[in-house]
Amino acid sequence: MSTGTTKLDVVVSDVVPVNDLVTRFHFRRRDGELLPTFSGGAHVVVEMRDGERTRLNPYSLMGSPLDTREYTISVRRDDVGRGGSLFMHRSVKPGLEMVISYPVNLFSLDLRAKKHLMLAGGIGITPFMAQTAQLAGEGGNFELHYTCRTASLGTYADVLRERYDRRIRLYHDDREERIELDRLLSTQPLGTHLYVCGPAGMINWVRDRAASLGWPSEAVHFEHFAAPQPGLPFDVTLAVSGKTIRVGEQQSLLEAIEAAGVDPPYLCRGGVCGQCETNVISHDGKFIHNDHWLSEEEHRSGCKIMPCVSRFEGRSLVLER
Amino acid sequence: MGITFRKETFRDDFTFKNSPEHIRRFPFPFHEDAYMYAVNIEPHVVGTKGSVLENLIDVDEHYVAEMQDRALVLAEDPLRCQSLPHMTLAGWDLLELLMEQQALGYPEHFTLTRNGDRWRWINRPLGIDDTFTFGDTSTLPYGPMEYITRQSQGDFCILDQRDGNLWMDAGMVTTQADWSLDFDIGMNFFEWHAPVPLAHEKGIFTRALKFLTNIQQGKPARRLNWTMTINPRLDTSPENYHKWGPDRTTVTPENVGDKVHLRVELQSFWRLPRSNGIVFPIRCYLIKMDELVTQPKWARRLHRVIRDLPDELATYKGLTRFRPTLVEWLSKLDDGSATSPGFGPD
Ligand code: FES
Repeated sequence: MSTGTTKLDVVVSDVVPVNDLVTRFHFRRRDGELLPTFSGGAHVVVEMRDGERTRLNPYSLMGSPLDTREYTISVRRDDVGRGGSLFMHRSVKPGLEMVISYPVNLFSLDLRAKKHLMLAGGIGITPFMAQTAQLAGEGGNFELHYTCRTASLGTYADVLRERYDRRIRLYHDDREERIELDRLLSTQPLGTHLYVCGPAGMINWVRDRAASLGWPSEAVHFEHFAAPQPGLPFDVTLAVSGKTIRVGEQQSLLEAIEAAGVDPPYLCRGGVCGQCETNVISHDGKFIHNDHWLSEEEHRSGCKIMPCVSRFEGRSLVLER
Repeated sequence: MGITFRKETFRDDFTFKNSPEHIRRFPFPFHEDAYMYAVNIEPHVVGTKGSVLENLIDVDEHYVAEMQDRALVLAEDPLRCQSLPHMTLAGWDLLELLMEQQALGYPEHFTLTRNGDRWRWINRPLGIDDTFTFGDTSTLPYGPMEYITRQSQGDFCILDQRDGNLWMDAGMVTTQADWSLDFDIGMNFFEWHAPVPLAHEKGIFTRALKFLTNIQQGKPARRLNWTMTINPRLDTSPENYHKWGPDRTTVTPENVGDKVHLRVELQSFWRLPRSNGIVFPIRCYLIKMDELVTQPKWARRLHRVIRDLPDELATYKGLTRFRPTLVEWLSKLDDGSATSPGFGPD
């Protein structure tokens, strides 16, 4: 999969359970060298060799960018998902040799900001772990609001509290605490940038409220790794490589193309980076575009698809791959 | 071993010259007998030994003289080097990249020693031996970008990536072909490309921008661009148009070989790790016609390329005034035989 990102050979140096749902994984380079420098908000794509199958999932780097002896990621177990997080939880043990990508940052800080206002939901806290570490090192001005279901599922809430004290606000669903979003958004100093990472519903809520309170869209940043949605199986013809393949229920179109030995480009595997964009040569049926890259017009045109997250229902689909 | 650095000038008496080995390593930009504008981007990987791609950051025999010329330009016009306040971190990224690459490629000339944040940088050709704290601007005589680009050949544009666009928010630009950092600073990708003809038919720039915003750490890319300059001037900036513009009327059949220079820019594109910015080093190579035509393949091919260049492009590249004289001169070296494919000399 050379067309994705440059690869790093790593070994799992530690696996640490964090709470009932989340486990943290530490990676070091197999050759003992330092890992590449990265910036807060970056992710890596982790390759998982699961029997016959190779899964590739993106995870945010959560360590401090100031220390690259190791990378750390946190994985939330999803019992009804497509299996990547379960594989990480069940099969990845210290000493295992793995391959990960170079860091890629699609959620970087706007370094012009006078203040960074961060909103996290659940496992959406991970990119902020690195961003707050980066800003704290540079004396940056930030404030983080973090919502979680219960105190015991507040992943790293204690760590953040201890490191940054009053710059961290916690909200627990079981206590019916909720971010007072409108008040928060309307009382920020000029030059504040807003960052949100969490479930889709939260991202949409925050973006909508920010827009209606007059925040310029350039000051609102969000990390939206839509995991590929399962769906009905469908058949695809790849015109350039001359292959016809079936996309399974639990498989993404991108994964099916890779499994057929074609090597398409990707960066995020979450419908946001644009790298996997593919031309549609012909189709008879309907697209289920789950990406955040193509414009609405492009979605309607039926000429392009983002195979990392989008699906198809219908009789025939021919792609230029 | 090591490079023998030339003593030469890029102004006044114009003593700039390429040694015979340097003529053969010149990055001749035409792989066929015609030229068409294209987004010719490829991965920036190490190339053949002895070529300008032997190292990802090239240092050559003109290094010391170019750095002296840069210092002269900056003394006259400090605005050639600018960095908006949010770009300091990107400046440190660039300092690390250039120190690492120069030390890696030319250990006999440059040495970088790191001891945590305490770094020591030895630049033998320029007689520099400095120890500083990485990340602490007060420990260097200039900001990090200015410090290292006063010691690195080529121009440097550092771009901030925001809102799916790239913004020219810092740079060291003293060897440019008729554009100005002071004019472009703070502009986005579409704004600073607005003057390029033929290229903005829809799509080319949008595709180029998509490509560039996807440049990844550890995977730099590159492209070649070219133009022509009269006399070996590195600084052909709009600010100094009154100095170099009139040169174009001085070309005669007798002095073509000495005055007319092919100017090739090797542009590379790198993702910077801490700031997530992108840097474009734009490395300029000059060769006079007398030197270029020592390679018969290049002489024949350049004749055909310049003769057949569409008028709009010739105008954009500023060749109109002297093109007929140049084509006439080159035609005598073109026996009409076929040229071999590829860039290199035969
Ligand atoms: S891989 Fe990023 S949009 Fe598909």
